[in-house]
Order: sequence, then C-alpha cells, then structure tokens
Amino acid sequence: MKNKLLARMARLGGLSSALLLAGCEMDVLDPKGPVGDGVKSLIATSTIAMLIVVVPTIILSLAFAWHYRQSNTSAEYLPKWSHSNKVELIIWGVPSLIILFLAVITYQTSHSLDPYKPLEAEATTKPLHVEVVALDWKWLFIYPEQGIATVNQLAIPVNTPVDFVITSDSVMNSFFIPRLGSMIYAMAGMQTQLHLLASEPGDYLGESANYSGRGFSDMKFRTLAVSGDEFNAWVDKVKSSSEQLDGQTYPKLAAPSEANPVEYFAHVEPGLFNTIVAKYNNGMVMDKSTGKMLQVQQSAMSDMNMKE
Amino acid sequence: MLGRLSFSAIPLDVPILVGTFLGVAIIGLAVLGLITYYGKWGYLWKEWFTTVDHKRLAVMYVVLALVALFRGFADAIMMRTQLAMAYAGNPGYLPPHHYDQIFSAHGTIMIFFLAMAFMTGLFNFVVPLQIGARDVAFPFLNNLSFWMTAIAFILVNVSLFIGEFSQCGWLAYPPLSETQFSPGVGVDYYIWAIQLSGVGTLLTGVNFFVTIVKMRAPGMTWMRMPVFTWTAFCASILIMVSFPVLTVAVALLGLDRYFGMHFFTNDGGGNQMLYLSLIWAWGHPEVYILVIPAFGVFSEVVPAFSGKPLFGYGTMVYATCSIMVLSFIVWVHHFFTMGAGPDVNAFFGIATMIISIPTGVKLFNWMFTMYKGRVQFHACMYWAVGFMVTFTIGGMTGVMMAIPGADFVLHNSLFLIAHFHNVIIGGVYFGYICGMNFWFPKVMGFKMNETWGIRAFWFWFVGFYFAFVPLYVLGFDGMTRRMNHYDNPQWHVLMLIAEVGAVLILLGIVCQLTQLYVTIRDRNLPANRDVTGDPWNGRALEWSTSSPPPPYNFAIVPHVHELDAFMHDKENGIDTRGAGGPYAPIHMPKNTAAGFLVGAFSFIFGFAAVWYIWWLAALGLIGVIGTIIARSANKDIDYYIPAEEVARIENEHSRKLMAQAAE
Repeated sequence: MKNKLLARMARLGGLSSALLLAGCEMDVLDPKGPVGDGVKSLIATSTIAMLIVVVPTIILSLAFAWHYRQSNTSAEYLPKWSHSNKVELIIWGVPSLIILFLAVITYQTSHSLDPYKPLEAEATTKPLHVEVVALDWKWLFIYPEQGIATVNQLAIPVNTPVDFVITSDSVMNSFFIPRLGSMIYAMAGMQTQLHLLASEPGDYLGESANYSGRGFSDMKFRTLAVSGDEFNAWVDKVKSSSEQLDGQTYPKLAAPSEANPVEYFAHVEPGLFNTIVAKYNNGMVMDKSTGKMLQVQQSAMSDMNMKE
Repeated sequence: MLGRLSFSAIPLDVPILVGTFLGVAIIGLAVLGLITYYGKWGYLWKEWFTTVDHKRLAVMYVVLALVALFRGFADAIMMRTQLAMAYAGNPGYLPPHHYDQIFSAHGTIMIFFLAMAFMTGLFNFVVPLQIGARDVAFPFLNNLSFWMTAIAFILVNVSLFIGEFSQCGWLAYPPLSETQFSPGVGVDYYIWAIQLSGVGTLLTGVNFFVTIVKMRAPGMTWMRMPVFTWTAFCASILIMVSFPVLTVAVALLGLDRYFGMHFFTNDGGGNQMLYLSLIWAWGHPEVYILVIPAFGVFSEVVPAFSGKPLFGYGTMVYATCSIMVLSFIVWVHHFFTMGAGPDVNAFFGIATMIISIPTGVKLFNWMFTMYKGRVQFHACMYWAVGFMVTFTIGGMTGVMMAIPGADFVLHNSLFLIAHFHNVIIGGVYFGYICGMNFWFPKVMGFKMNETWGIRAFWFWFVGFYFAFVPLYVLGFDGMTRRMNHYDNPQWHVLMLIAEVGAVLILLGIVCQLTQLYVTIRDRNLPANRDVTGDPWNGRALEWSTSSPPPPYNFAIVPHVHELDAFMHDKENGIDTRGAGGPYAPIHMPKNTAAGFLVGAFSFIFGFAAVWYIWWLAALGLIGVIGTIIARSANKDIDYYIPAEEVARIENEHSRKLMAQAAE
C-alpha cells in the first residue's frame, strides 16, 4: 500500500515538474519587459527559498509514515516520546529564517516593483502616456499626446517606458498584459497608475483580470509592441480614421457591447479622461502631480450622460 | 400581490434546469413518499427536527453538508466541462448568464453550506464529549443555528428554479452587484442566503465559545484541553469577531439595493474599495475558521493511529492561537492590485507569510508524532498523510501570492484558484473527511468501511492533482479566473487534463457514497460493531463513553487529571465512567419546535424579500418574532432523567463491556 503511495507521489512530482519546465513558453514566466523580468526572478527566488522547507517536509512526512508503519517491528518505538527542545528549535527556527529572508525581499520588491513607481528608463527616454478606460466590455485607450484613441488595441514603441493612468466607466476591472508584468485595478472615479515597458517587439495578449459581468470573457485587447517608426506609422493610420471621440460620440461607445471590434478615433476631445473620472466625483478630478482636486470644465461634462 | 414574481421567473427555456428540477422533484417525492409509507414523520419530527441534542444536530449538519457537496460539485464539473469545450469559437453549452450563476453558486455553497456546515457538525459532535459536558451551553440556539443554515441553503437552491442566482462571484463585489449592473433577483437571493445563514453561524460561535469556557469537566485546565477543542475554541472566537463584519458588509450592499443608498455605488459618494476591505476583513479569518478545526482533526487522528501522544502539545496550542490572531491582520493581501502604496502592501505581505511559520510548525508536529511511533494505515491516516503532502504545496503557493510583487501577475489568475482549492480541498476537506472516518463509530456505534474509504481517498488525492496542477500552469500562462470561453490552443490541453481530474474526483465522491452504503449494510457484522466505545485506543474523553453515547453523554461527570485524560485513566486503572454509580438524576433540555419554526418563518421572510412581496415578508417577520416571544415565555423547557433510568443504561453498557472483555 505504502509503496504504491510513494510511487504515485514520485509520478505526480515528475508530472508537475514537467509541466513547470514547459513554463519557459508561458506568458508570465517568459516576460518581454523589465517589470515582468523582475516579477519572474522574484517568483523564482521565493520558490527556491521555500523549497528548502517544502521538499524535506514532504519527503519526511512520507518517510516517517513508511518507516514507522505498524508492521515494521524493527523500527524504534517510543510510546511516550512527545517533546524535544532540539526538534522544536529546528521546526520554529528554520522556517523563521526563511520567512525572514522572504520578508526582506518582499519589502524590497514591494518598492522596486511598485506599479506607481516610474521605471528607471524614464531617466533617459521620454515616456509615452496612455489613458485607459475600462468599459462594458472593452478597453478604451486614449493617447493624450497624439490626440488619438483606440478600442481594444494598444500600440506601444519598444524600449520606451509607458505610463498608464487607468480608470473605469463601469464596474471594477483589472488591467493586465501578462507578457509585460504587473496588473492594476480599474475603478470608476479613481485613477490607478501602472508603468510598463516592452523590450521586445511582439503581439501580446491584454485582458481584464477582474470579472466584470456578461461580456467579461471577450474583454481582450492586443498589445502591439513595435519599433518607433512603426509606432509613428500606426499613429498616422489611426489619424486617418474618420471617427472622432467627444462628448457626443462617447456615450454610444460606452454603452455595453460584447466582443467589440478594434476601433480607431482620429481625434479625441482633450480632457475626456478627466471628465470620465470627474463624473463620479462631483465634477472634481485629482491632479496626480500635485494631489490637488481640480474642477473639470462643466461644458464637457454636460454633454455626457452624467446621471448613472 | 406577488411583487416581482411572475411565471416568467421560472426558467422553462433552460433544458438543464428543467431536467434538474424533474430529477430533484422525482427524488424528493420518492423520499417524502417513503417517509410517509413507513410512517416516519412523527419520528423525524420528535427525534430529529425538534431535537436539542448536540449529537443529533451534528448528524443533521453533516447530512446537510453532504447534500451541499453534491450541489457544489455538480456546479464544479459543469464549469470544467464548459471550459473543456468552449474553445476556439465553440461557445460551449453554458451561456454566460448560466455559467456566471454556476461559479457564483459553487463558491457560495462550498464555503457556507459544505465547509461551514461540516465544521459545525464536527464541533457539535466532538466538543461537548471531549470536555466532559452533557450538552452545549445553549441547546435551543444550537437547534436554531442548524435551521437557519438549512433554510439559507434551501433558499440558494430555490433560486435554481424560481428566478436566478447571483452572477457576481461568491463575494458579489460592487459595483457589479449593485442594482445598476445587476437589476435581477440573483444578488438578492445571495444577500438573504448569507444573512440568514450568518445568524446561524454567529450563534454557533457564541454557543461553542461559552461551552468551552464554562462547561469543561472538573480538572480540565486550559492546557489539558484536547487540541480539537482548542481549534474549535479559536474558530469560535474568529466567528464571533469576523461574521458581524460580513453581516454589516452585506447589509450595506442590501441597503444600496433595496433603498437606493450609496455605500458602494460608483456615484453618489459610494466607494467600492470599502466593500472589498470589509468583505475580506471577514473573508480571510473565514478561511482560518475552516482550516483550524481541520488541523484539530489531524491532531487527534495522527496520535491515535501512531500509538503516541501528540508531539509538542504546547507548541500546537500556541501555534493555533497565533494563527488565530494573525489571521486578522492580513486581509489586504486579497487586493494588493488596488493601488495601495508599497509600504502598506509590504506590511500585509509579510504579516501573511509570518502565518506560514506556525502553520509549518504544525506540520512538523504531526510528522514527529509519527516519528518513533507505530503508524497504522487506517483510512484516516491516508487522508492525514495525503493532507500533509498536499497542504505543504498549497502553503508554498500561498506564500508566493503573499509577496505583492508576485501577486501583481498571479492575482485573480487560475493560479489563485489552484492555490485556494489546494488548501481548501487538501486541508479543509481532507481534514473533515478524516474526522468523519475517525468519529463515525462514536456517532453511530459501528465503524466505516475502510476499503471504500481508501479508494475514495485515492480518487480524491490523484483527482485533485489532475484537476489543479494544470490550473497552476494556466495561471502562469496568463489565464484569468471566471472566463466562459477562450481561444488559446495552449490552454485547451490543460483544461482537458483538469476535466479528467474533475471526473476522478467524481469517482471519489461515488466511492464515498458506496462507503456509506456498505457501512450501513454491514453495520451488524461483529467486526464492525463498536461495543467498547473506544475503537482506536483513543486518548480524549469522547472515547470513554459508549458508542453511540447516551443522551446525557456522561452518567458521572469525569474528573480530568492529565492531558489526554482518557489515556491517563486507562494507563492508571482509573474507571473514567465511574461504573456502578451512585447515579443522580440528570437535568436535560427538552426538545422544541421553536428553532424549526423560526427557520421556516425566516425562509418565508427571505423569499418574500427577494421578490418584493412585502405583505408576505411582514408575515414572515411577525412569525419569527412571535415564535421567539412564545419560546421565551415557555417555562416548560427541561426535564430530569431519573437516576434509575441512568443506572439501567449504564449497567447495560457495563454488561456489554464485560461480555466483550470475556471473549
């Protein structure tokens, strides 16, 4: 019986490690940017540290159960033994040391991988600003510097830090591009921030990581990480679209839709993002650089469907 | 007249539901018919529905939990089947409207009605016996708690056939759960099921806290208390502190929905982040409420089948208590991705991983209990060793997710789903089933069939790995939870393996049912009878009385001299039972219909509130209040078992013990 148990465990162990090895093809473990790289090495370090305890625990559980089985009368039997300071010291001490180590890297990485912290690359490269709005059930990307907007397609130049400011004009979602690293919630009336960078060109999946209702499964977008020239060409392509995004056309876009196709808007009304945030805050929006509350222009707001 | 309720609320257009309804109706009618045919209604009413005996309530709780297991598992395998199919343009067989209800119901049912009910069943059965008490502190409240839990479960199931259930996940995050985005009755069913069962759970917490503080047998100091009782004590404290938070959070959501208030809405000054904070301030302690008693079960089972006392009793107690305290300062790790600063995230991350130290210590304690012991591979030990292996992995992935930097990519992914099923199945479920195998002979007077128990274990154990290792991998692959369909071919293979796992677990459940059937069929075989009341050479007081115990548990309240009181008495030739008397009349609580009636009226109230049938809701509420007043005014609530009757029962048991010893 116990032989079988050990054999099965070994087989399962083999299976799971094979699956983990296959992980070099997996999105999160094969990142395409520095944030994802940082997360990946953090996962690897912490896993190895924990395996120092986990592997002996599993092996000893099975070994003790097997060695001290009732039928093995040659094994020592101490029916009263139930205390040992030496054992207690080890079983409290070793896990505590490992947790101490993990606590230190947790503190460090909570700061170094803080999604709000600008990336180091911003010192040398001017970041791209993108404003993200989660809608039912699609993603709106506003490029304030380029004056354009897209739905369900995000183009970014490689090796350029991207500063995302994220909100929602509906329920809670989570903005997530697995290949690039961290995610952050999108919430109405609030602005969350995320800093990412793609170091390799590619076409990466973007999705919502927080369930948001009926159309959630199709709330996906493609992230096109392209060279600077290709990015400029893409901006021109968007600018050649006939669509505009302003107080009149926005409510139509914001109405619920499922599996929304990619849309391009050649022009977007300045301040639209702030207006979307402000409609849940009595017309106020927080200025992120100063932390002050500012009044958003009434004219822009009156166009939009204010009452939820 | 009927509020929002009309014939269109009955989902006649969904064949799965119509089929389910017919199945449930046929089985239900058959059961009711059989009860009527055998004339058992009076027996059920007098001996079970109205009982205040903690042992009978324990049985009813476990039956409720098993029914919830079937419902919850049916949801689970439907989800897995959907995701095995719904790939590359195939929409699967469950449209989002139905699928979203299923995953919401699955979580709600598994946590509130399988795990909580099973746990309460174990508390009810074991705690009074382990501390040498004749019942719990408040026997009537105990009965009331059961009925509140049971009717809340019925309410969830009514939503299958009348209206719909919530489509907002098992925690109903706003603003999605607000009227603006979920105008239907689903979230209202959820709210009332949580609130009504919450009454039952809170009363259970109070009941067991008072029982353990006030009703321990003479000589049972805190540090002589069996570890299972310690875990029940810690879980009761957690219930008393955390469930009111759940009640308030869900009540505020209810105020938003019923009275148009703005606690968590997008507009009007509502704040959805407050709901997340409140619900997890309950939600995190809740998982410890579930798992701490499972630790208690293993702390009883491993020593019994290793022929040794528990290694490091003191350590175990301190570890349990520190887990209890720490579980309150970790809840923010459920929303690291909400934008709190790095210092806040780091604090809650580190607090979370500190919990893994006492938890790890517990694992080592069980391991060193086996060390230099004589380990009998009873079915219980399969569940225990399987738990040690599985739970260790679940703990490791938990610590990974406690690191905010790692959580930023693992949050809400299938990795998370794999992690918490790893600890809930591998910890909570394995623990409770282990406990059921262990205490079953004490409850029923005969042992559970071992062969089928071991088969069930293997299917569950292997099935678990097949079902959830692929989910860990899918999490690394960027697949998020609660998806209805997808188009990545890499995910499909893993989803097929997970489906195989779900089928293996189904076979495990079939084996468990067979185990119950075979157990009951063979109950009269001499090898299966538990004549002595002590089938495993047990250590705590519950094994000193007969199996099943008499209504009063202990004819003479035992005196406790040592930790492992019964083992101490056996080794020193002390007769814990005090056989031969002299016996005194025993004061007992009388059965009452009040718990059942309050439950029934609460159900009417809840159902009417869901559908806005206000006159009926008022009627239900008046019924509840009226029953409570009538019960409070009733002075005829107790009776005495005469000394002669006690002597007769005890002498009968002594005679059986002597006959057994003579063989």
